[in-house]
Amino acid sequence: MTLLELADVTAFYGPVQVLDGVSLSVPEGGSVGILGANGAGKTTTLRAVSGTVRTGGRITFDGRDIRGLRPDQVAALGIAHVPEGRGTLGQLSVRENLLVGAYLRKGRKAISADVDYCLDLFPQLQDRVSSRAAALSGGEQQMLAVARAFMAKPKLLLLDEASLGLAPSTAKTVYDSIRRLRRESGIAMVVVEQNANLAFSLVDTATVLETGRNVLTGSSAELKGMDEIRRAYLGG
Amino acid sequence: MGMGTFIQLVVDGLSTGAIYAALALAIVLVNQATGLINFAQGGLAVLSSYIAYVFVRLGLPLILAIIVAVVLSFFIGALVERFLVRRFERGDPDTAVVVTVGLLTLVTGLCAVLWGYNNLGFPSLFPLTSVEILGAVVSVRSLATTVTIVVIMVVLQLLFLRTKLGLALRAVADNPASAAFSGLPVGRLLMVGWGLAATLGAIAGVLVAPQLTLTPGMLDTALVYALAAVILGGLSSPIGCVVAASAIGVLENLVAVYVPFIGHDLKIAVPFVLIFVILVLRPQGLFGRKVVVRV
Repeated sequence: MTLLELADVTAFYGPVQVLDGVSLSVPEGGSVGILGANGAGKTTTLRAVSGTVRTGGRITFDGRDIRGLRPDQVAALGIAHVPEGRGTLGQLSVRENLLVGAYLRKGRKAISADVDYCLDLFPQLQDRVSSRAAALSGGEQQMLAVARAFMAKPKLLLLDEASLGLAPSTAKTVYDSIRRLRRESGIAMVVVEQNANLAFSLVDTATVLETGRNVLTGSSAELKGMDEIRRAYLGG
Repeated sequence: MGMGTFIQLVVDGLSTGAIYAALALAIVLVNQATGLINFAQGGLAVLSSYIAYVFVRLGLPLILAIIVAVVLSFFIGALVERFLVRRFERGDPDTAVVVTVGLLTLVTGLCAVLWGYNNLGFPSLFPLTSVEILGAVVSVRSLATTVTIVVIMVVLQLLFLRTKLGLALRAVADNPASAAFSGLPVGRLLMVGWGLAATLGAIAGVLVAPQLTLTPGMLDTALVYALAAVILGGLSSPIGCVVAASAIGVLENLVAVYVPFIGHDLKIAVPFVLIFVILVLRPQGLFGRKVVVRV
């Protein structure tokens, strides 16, 4: 069954059109990548879903029209957005960040168990539970951002450039944990990623955007190594 | 001058310090809940005191009039956020701060239009008797005021550090856009933050109104000292602010008497010299946390 469906979605920043009819379909438990050069509209597509940019077209989640909802309303339906540049609350401790992630949930025991799960998923955070998020390294902040999103127990995770600014080995660690998270939780994902290898390690299918339009969609296996992919990434 | 005078000066200083502390706590509350410094805090507190005054004049018992004023203040604070401050929250934070300065002028003017500039007597919630402690004469009123402020401080600290609402308020103040991704109703939480701060301001107002008598500018000087306390104590620390406010109250009293060339005319300069020294040595305040900005 389809969980998230974008049809002919448009978006503007002021007078500048960033999305020009983007389509995307994410099955329940599926993982879809959005690839493309800088400025192709990848981040904006995620923002269109989470309600942080004004959009046209049709966006349905779980059979419900969600276009025009506020970000907190979208989150309440079960969509967790991990924005580009890490979404952590700098002055709050790691533990508090995780608890904020569980804001809409009830049941102390289950929440506490999930905090433990997050610390198991990202062992680097274990020694830092009482540190403020702003004091963490870039990699730790990214892990915290993903963990905080998971704490909401969403049906869908929007993941934006989780490898941005990280050392290759750190980026790999982060993606290994996200893969494990996907395997163990079955959360569906939309993944925006510049690094094609990391992207293909996490997604089943992917779509390539160019100037706000889909130019190519297919399974990971089909898309890997295709010339169009290389061109999209090099912006040629 | 003997020990008795010294203790008297300290005790008097603590009771004026309690007034600064009340206002400082309200400023910290808004800052923790919205990330802003609200200069209108004093003005709104005065407005709340006038509201209590109106209900007293209408024949309501004092405590009831105060409760009504405190509750109304919550809604005034929330409405100010919703219809005025919200328009400026997304922009430059400096703009929003200037808006609160404008709001202070507006509210003070409004009070003057409605109730005039004459000092109005405001009944005291606590008896006007005094007790003797260690040779110093302490009015029950200042003692009760101080106790009330300390209780409020503890409650605030618990609210922010031990409750879900407190966590949510701090999350929204830290990064509203990011907080919304976890489903926090940002707009509503900001309204609650302002409402709570206005409530606290109202309590401060009615506590000090009997002593200062009610005028539109009743809390102007106190606001200056409260801001000094906030800077000294650290914006993130209710306890720090109360300690700093008490220290300022005591210090200005002692300096006025014991340092002849300062005297009563120059004592207002004391907290500012202190601020200058603290900002040079410890910019985050005595109890505050350093804000780290990563780029």
